[in-house]
Amino acid sequence: MEDDNAEDMEVEVLSSMWPEDIDAAGKKFNVEKPGGDQDLLEDVTFIEEPTIVDFKRLLELTNYSEKGSSQLSYLVKNWEWKQENAVRLLREELENLSKQQHESELKKLEILEEHQFEDEIYGCDKRPVSILDGVDDIFQDVPKRRNDVIIQDERLEIDDECDINTVKYWKQRALHLEKMLEASVQREQILLEKLEESIENLEKQSSPVEELSQILKRADNFLHFVLQNAPVVIGHQDKELRYRFIYNHFPSLREEDIIGKTDVEIFKGGGVKESQDFKREVLEKGVPGKREITFETELFGAKTFLIYVEPVFSKAGEAIGVNYMGMEITDQVKRREKMAKLREEIAVQKARETELNKTIHITEETMRAKQMLATMSHEIRSPLSGVVSMAEILSTTKLDKDQKQLLSVMLSSGDLVLQLINDILDLSKVESGVMKLEATKFRPREVIKHVLQTAAASLKKKLILEGNIADDVPIEVIGDVLRIRQILTNLISNAVKFTHEGKVKINLYCTADPCPERSNILLNEHEKNEAQSQETVVWIRCDVQDTGIGIPETALPSLFKKYMQAGADTARKYGGTGLGLAICKQLVELMGGRLTVSSKEHQGSTFTFVLPHKVPDLSESSDETDEYQDMDDNESMEDDKTCGFFQFSPRTLGSLFSSNGSRQTHELPRNVHGFDKVDRSSIITDQANTDHDDQDRPFHNPCIQKNRPSDMGLTRDLMRVNSGKTSGSIFSNTLERSKSTERRKVLLVEDHVVNVMVAKRMMKQLNQDMDVVNNGVEALRAVQRGDYGLILMDVCMPVMDGLQATRLIRSYERTGNWDEARLAGVELDDHPSADQILEPRRRIPIIAMTANAMSESAEECFANGMDSFITKPVTLQNLKKCLEQYLPLNNTV
Amino acid sequence: MDVVTQLQRQFVEYTTSLYREGYLDDQFTQLQKLQDECSPDFVAEVVSLYFEDSEKLLNNLETALRQDIVDYKQVDAHVHQFKGSSSSIGAQRVKNVCVVFRNYCDAQNLEGCMLCLQQAKTEFIVVRNKLEALFNLEQQITQAGGSIPMMA
Repeated sequence: MEDDNAEDMEVEVLSSMWPEDIDAAGKKFNVEKPGGDQDLLEDVTFIEEPTIVDFKRLLELTNYSEKGSSQLSYLVKNWEWKQENAVRLLREELENLSKQQHESELKKLEILEEHQFEDEIYGCDKRPVSILDGVDDIFQDVPKRRNDVIIQDERLEIDDECDINTVKYWKQRALHLEKMLEASVQREQILLEKLEESIENLEKQSSPVEELSQILKRADNFLHFVLQNAPVVIGHQDKELRYRFIYNHFPSLREEDIIGKTDVEIFKGGGVKESQDFKREVLEKGVPGKREITFETELFGAKTFLIYVEPVFSKAGEAIGVNYMGMEITDQVKRREKMAKLREEIAVQKARETELNKTIHITEETMRAKQMLATMSHEIRSPLSGVVSMAEILSTTKLDKDQKQLLSVMLSSGDLVLQLINDILDLSKVESGVMKLEATKFRPREVIKHVLQTAAASLKKKLILEGNIADDVPIEVIGDVLRIRQILTNLISNAVKFTHEGKVKINLYCTADPCPERSNILLNEHEKNEAQSQETVVWIRCDVQDTGIGIPETALPSLFKKYMQAGADTARKYGGTGLGLAICKQLVELMGGRLTVSSKEHQGSTFTFVLPHKVPDLSESSDETDEYQDMDDNESMEDDKTCGFFQFSPRTLGSLFSSNGSRQTHELPRNVHGFDKVDRSSIITDQANTDHDDQDRPFHNPCIQKNRPSDMGLTRDLMRVNSGKTSGSIFSNTLERSKSTERRKVLLVEDHVVNVMVAKRMMKQLNQDMDVVNNGVEALRAVQRGDYGLILMDVCMPVMDGLQATRLIRSYERTGNWDEARLAGVELDDHPSADQILEPRRRIPIIAMTANAMSESAEECFANGMDSFITKPVTLQNLKKCLEQYLPLNNTV
Repeated sequence: MDVVTQLQRQFVEYTTSLYREGYLDDQFTQLQKLQDECSPDFVAEVVSLYFEDSEKLLNNLETALRQDIVDYKQVDAHVHQFKGSSSSIGAQRVKNVCVVFRNYCDAQNLEGCMLCLQQAKTEFIVVRNKLEALFNLEQQITQAGGSIPMMA
């Protein structure tokens, strides 16, 4: 009994283990029944609404497409496996049952054997009752076995009937057996019931259609569960790309609008054609693909879809349509594009940053260059000029002949180095963009005359210097006269250097604008600070012609390059830094013009530069003070203004001034006089010798003091001699010059006590008289009252700053009245006592004192009419230089 | 070694250190060069004038920056003056602070201005102490009968 129970339990456990899952079925059994049970599908219904199905088509699909048939066969396989499994289990159970039966039969036999004799008496033919019958029957209906059991029962009864002999014993025995039999029968009954139940179950499950449909439904539910809210469209299109099936959770079209139509027939707008083409491509190529397509349709506006299309093949391997899956990714695309844009912007930003950094770097470099320049000028020029000026002073002391000779060499060498430094500084100033051009009125004729004069003064060759100025050159033009003089001087001395006999000639005449567009821009850039708008621009051409050795053609290209000379021989023979022409060219170009050269070897060279000049208003030009006016004889002014021809010739005593010969005789002998009086005035002779030496230096003429700040007071004096202003008595004055205070008063406009104190002390050491006022207004009053040779003007001051004060002073000099100052609210005396003294009004040099010399404020200073600036804190050196440069000596007035 | 030489050496070393540590620059040398027999106390005079003036300026700055509405233009003017006088006597560090100070004025950055004012005060006091010490040394040398060594 216990055994039986255990077996029952086993059966139950087994039955519960029946696989319900469809998984792994196919792996176990590989039974192929392709295409079977087609009609089963007809019972399957797809009830879900969003799915629009062309069932016929689906059927066809499952019939013809490989995918469909494999899907079906898979389902069938699954079902078959399940059935088989059930059968197998039933068989096992039956086997168990029959085993049990067999056992009970064996027991029965044992009992019978104990009474063999009786058995033999009562027909042993019953013996072959086979339990195997039951085993054989296992595949037949279960009820048969039931019959079998009944038979056995009958047989037992028969056995009972046989026990008659030992009645009592056998009766007991029979009773016992009967009980056993009953139990056995009972057990059999239970087993039978179980079997029946199983069979019933089996029958219940036996419909494959139902099961398949259930599975399908489950899969469908699963799909729907997943896809319920997914923004996807799934569809199938046939060979002609007509929709046969579409799933769309948010359908905007009805079934009949879609099924049987192609994309192009359904939608209109951008992207439709593309998607259809893509599907066709997939269909033709037979390879699945993904693509992002942006639709622009009336139906759902602008939307981007990611489309997956895969071809569907028939069993023959022929493409019969495409499966299509689309997902809306408009937002993602937007985001992505935004990201891309951002990334792009970041890249651009970065590029810009790099650019900016570069610019900053360059700016910093430029700044450093400027800084270096400032340092250079202080660190090299100042001590050197100190050396030179000391040597000059030394030359005024008692020296013997040898010492004098040595000193003269020293002076000329020092001068040469100074010149070289000046050249380099000029060049780097131009190159680093530090060089500021001034715009002042000047008279071209006077400039030419002075340049020629000074060149003639130091001339020791048999040369004729000539100036020709055409009538159409305006009397006054505006430009940077210092630079123009520098260029002219350089070119002239160059010409003189390389010419041994003949002429050096300057021709000046107006020419047409060589490049109208460009020049205007340049002019505007350089002279935008000039307020006068009604000025006309003239292009003045200047030829510097010589009859010298000329320049070989091969040397022409490198002529304007730095440190270049026509040849190594030339450098040795003529000396020079090789910087002069480079500086000239750069200066000319800085002013918006051009410098060219034409030359023939042994016949001479012609350097030509063309410069644009503004022409000032005629109305106010008459009383304007020229920067060099003080060097001219007043009486000669009118002549110089219009005179068009000058000629100088140092060797011929009476070299002619074509327009005014009488004055010329007055002028030139003194030059000669200077050169000849070697014995009478050794100092001057030394100086003259220095000048002779100068001639061998490139482009240098120490007489151009305005141009070249230098401490050589003596040369300055000589220049004054040369310019024909002073009488012979000046020679004696020269010696005391450095000790006396012949300069006119300086006005210091400075609000700060400490600065004032320092400046005062410095002026005292320089033997210079100075008045001090504390602001711009006081400065105006001081100028109104007194006569000053120079004003040192602080820029930042209370009450009125230096810029405004300068502007008002300049206005006074121009107009002769203080109206503008009064207009600005400055109270001034109505009848200044000094008014008469100041006639004619001179232009007082005004020097700004700024804290940062190289900064833009310098430009502001110039724009407001200041002449120069010195850097604060003021040093004795700077102050001294400034006085020498800007404060003329009293005796020249 | 006699007292004078020792003092002189001390003076030279001290002056050198002032230059080396950036308290003073060349402008101070300029001042020293301006001093001669005619005005033996020129440097001391200028510097004490500077001290007086700077104290006034610093006070003015303090007041100006404490206003409810700070007039940066005025502050800037003060700082400019301070910078000018400092550079005139060669008080390099004070001058450098003033440069930064002016930048903050341009930016109207009150916090930066206050910071700079503090710094300027500190630097000023330091340079004042240093200079006073220097003058003290000078005086000692003079009293001991020595001459002030010229600084190159």
